[in-house]
Amino acid sequence: MLWNIPYIAVVALIVLGLYACMFKSNLVKIIIGTSLLEAGANLFLITLGYRKGGIAPIFTNAPSTESMVLPVPQALVLTSIVIGLAVTALLLSIVVMIYRHYGTIDAKKVRRLRG
Amino acid sequence: MSAIESLRLHSPALIIAIPLLTAFIIPLLSKIIGPKARNGFVVAVLTGVLALVLLLAHDVITGGTRTYVLGGSTPLLTLPSGYQVPVRIMFVIDAMGVFMGIMCGVIALVAAIYSCMETYEGLYKFYTLLLLVTTGIFGLVFTGDLFNLFVFFEILSIASCGLVAFKIDSPMSMEGGFKYMVISDIGGLSLLVMIGLLYGQYDALNIGMLANRMDYGMIDIIALGLIVTALLMKSGSVPMHMWTPDAYGETPSSVTIMIVGASLSSLYALFRICFTLYGGFIGINVAGWIIVILALISILVGVTMAIPQTDFKRLIGYAAVAEIGFILLGLGAGLASLSGNSVDAYGIKAMEGSIFHIFNDALDIGLLFFVAAVVSYATGQRNLNNLCGLGRKMKYTTFLFIIGLAAVAGLPPMNGFASKFLIYESVFHLNPILAIIGILGSIMMLAIFVKAFSGAFLGPPVPELETYKKVPRSMLFAMSIVVAIIVFFGLFPDLIVDNLAHPAAQALVNHSEYISHAIRIGGV
Repeated sequence: MLWNIPYIAVVALIVLGLYACMFKSNLVKIIIGTSLLEAGANLFLITLGYRKGGIAPIFTNAPSTESMVLPVPQALVLTSIVIGLAVTALLLSIVVMIYRHYGTIDAKKVRRLRG
Repeated sequence: MSAIESLRLHSPALIIAIPLLTAFIIPLLSKIIGPKARNGFVVAVLTGVLALVLLLAHDVITGGTRTYVLGGSTPLLTLPSGYQVPVRIMFVIDAMGVFMGIMCGVIALVAAIYSCMETYEGLYKFYTLLLLVTTGIFGLVFTGDLFNLFVFFEILSIASCGLVAFKIDSPMSMEGGFKYMVISDIGGLSLLVMIGLLYGQYDALNIGMLANRMDYGMIDIIALGLIVTALLMKSGSVPMHMWTPDAYGETPSSVTIMIVGASLSSLYALFRICFTLYGGFIGINVAGWIIVILALISILVGVTMAIPQTDFKRLIGYAAVAEIGFILLGLGAGLASLSGNSVDAYGIKAMEGSIFHIFNDALDIGLLFFVAAVVSYATGQRNLNNLCGLGRKMKYTTFLFIIGLAAVAGLPPMNGFASKFLIYESVFHLNPILAIIGILGSIMMLAIFVKAFSGAFLGPPVPELETYKKVPRSMLFAMSIVVAIIVFFGLFPDLIVDNLAHPAAQALVNHSEYISHAIRIGGV
């Protein structure tokens, strides 16, 4: 059961993130939702990449090369974190502009595009 | 090795690297040279890239699928323990990839020529984003690796969001940009979770290798569901179509064609994943039927929502939803008739029509957005209720709009007819009702644009619209290129279908060839 905790956390993060994206009307909370989704996806990849007894693939002073892990999931997560940061920054800057134009960040009031 | 040979050898990498580097050189360059020279530089670079894409297309069509591995001769990495894993980044370019590549090259060039007249402050940033979108589309269609698919998908999303929200002094533009980015981000993260699900089981990210190892268990079906949802969302198909008119309507008009291209390239990813990755899966026909049903709803919702619109650009945005429906109809029909390594004769026709329609959709919808932009540039009006009698003064624009109208409604001498007819006659064999709804959608599309045409271009001259600005030559030139391609495709559809669309459909259906190619290079 204990080794399932990371997966349970992944599911919880993704569900929370989707809930925030769909049902919250505060635009900043929607951005928090996307960040939670991203954290869930990253945690999922990191958990998949864990191997019991594996060591980091750094050759300097490595005890043995037998149990080195192939760091593909970690490399993926690094890329994904950078992308996530860019997305969050972009979304937040858009919300700043929305607040300047509309004077509110409530999605129910930011509704000039309809029909 | 001569220069041409090394260009040929490295063309896949160059096609992606040149726009990427140019994107970041432009801000520096525009400090030194004037705006005219800068615009000329961007157009020259994109012309060069298009020439490289055509060279690559010639190689792929005559010589078969090309594989290009970065940083080595094979994608394999040998670990100290002697274990070999296919981890290197590779591009696998088959006929479908080059077809999308040609589309992207053409629309990027047209958008760059058209943008020369834009008067935004900091136009160099605009070109940077345009070139980044181009890079994203090229990368997405050339990559042979799922993780790079995710990376290029996100490059594409972020850069396109930058373009949608480019007019920061317009509140609506911000709103459209926010919606676009949230939808794209959720799509991209579903793609990442799907990559995790597949990597955890099969230890591979290479599409060919994954398809070879896959045994289509329960987790793979969940992954398929995630990815189909994500890509349909990003392409603007029906349950999540509401961002489409908002984003398309608020984008600066010179690059709306690129945002349409971005949506179409996620349809490419859908083709690639359904056919190449899940081609051997028995239950894929069910997914095909689901896509067909969503396609029909997209067509009906798109046209019915377009009819009451008064904003010129939102009207075209809803028509774009219906056009996506036509492409999905062909895709779904192909998928529903797929069995093993072959599809029925009508299935392959449906796919040819659908693939051909991807290009036609970019051109037709792009042309209509260009015309809407010319109208709003000249008169300052986007509302159809305020426009009247433009045909008396803007003769050339009126002519271009009629061509776009005929093309998007699928009237005979235009390209839209050629591809839609292929879709109708093939889905008729699957189920006649599909073809009937498709034709109904097409007729309603004609009604929408005839309404827009008679509202804006016919009628008596209006005094308020008498003093309109002269349309710049670069706009008319870019639109003329699009019209020339539309008419050419319409008059000689066989040329395109036989040489580009048919090989592309064959390459998708015959997925074991893609797999064996990727594995032969991999040497596993």
